[in-house]
Amino acid sequence: MAMAAAEIERLIIASIPDAEVTIRDLAGDGDHYAARVVSRSFEGMSRIKQHQAVYAALGGRMGGELHALQLETAVPQTETNRE
Amino acid sequence: MSDTQTDAQSRIADIVGKNDVVLFMKGTALFPQCGFSSRAIAILDRLGAPYETVDVLQDPDIRQGIKEYSDWPTVPQLYVRGEFVGGSDIMMEMFESGELQQLLGNEA
Repeated sequence: MAMAAAEIERLIIASIPDAEVTIRDLAGDGDHYAARVVSRSFEGMSRIKQHQAVYAALGGRMGGELHALQLETAVPQTETNRE
Repeated sequence: MSDTQTDAQSRIADIVGKNDVVLFMKGTALFPQCGFSSRAIAILDRLGAPYETVDVLQDPDIRQGIKEYSDWPTVPQLYVRGEFVGGSDIMMEMFESGELQQLLGNEA
């Protein structure tokens, strides 16, 4: 079953309020997404922990209802460094 | 946990303990059954380090158990020297930054 991009964003923000979420529908089929989540709360967390925080926000939908979500996480600081 | 679940956890621990580099994936290295697994294999092949794979599609207990083992909801999952490294997105980030090559340096 597919999930709307807006619903993914809503769930992430409900759990990580300061998150800046960018979602791309990769295949245009409402089932393959790429999400970039930037949050201050990721500071000091390993990549694994950052991804786990997003998966937790999605509350068990990952790997089920939501088949394909390519995920990228970052802290705002990293953004500045990249520029 | 039921006996089969406990059994799956100890089998996973055994596989992870015995193989320096092991990828739990859908399909095989030659025929990955999912784009994410395919991407993980492409990264490992590019790095040239020897690795083992476990096809979770062949074993429902492992397929479910691996998600609990590292509290990670998706496959593929990469383990290096007993440590969970991440899924294909983290592998790609670490590949691009050179960290994965460094991590596998001893094996490559």
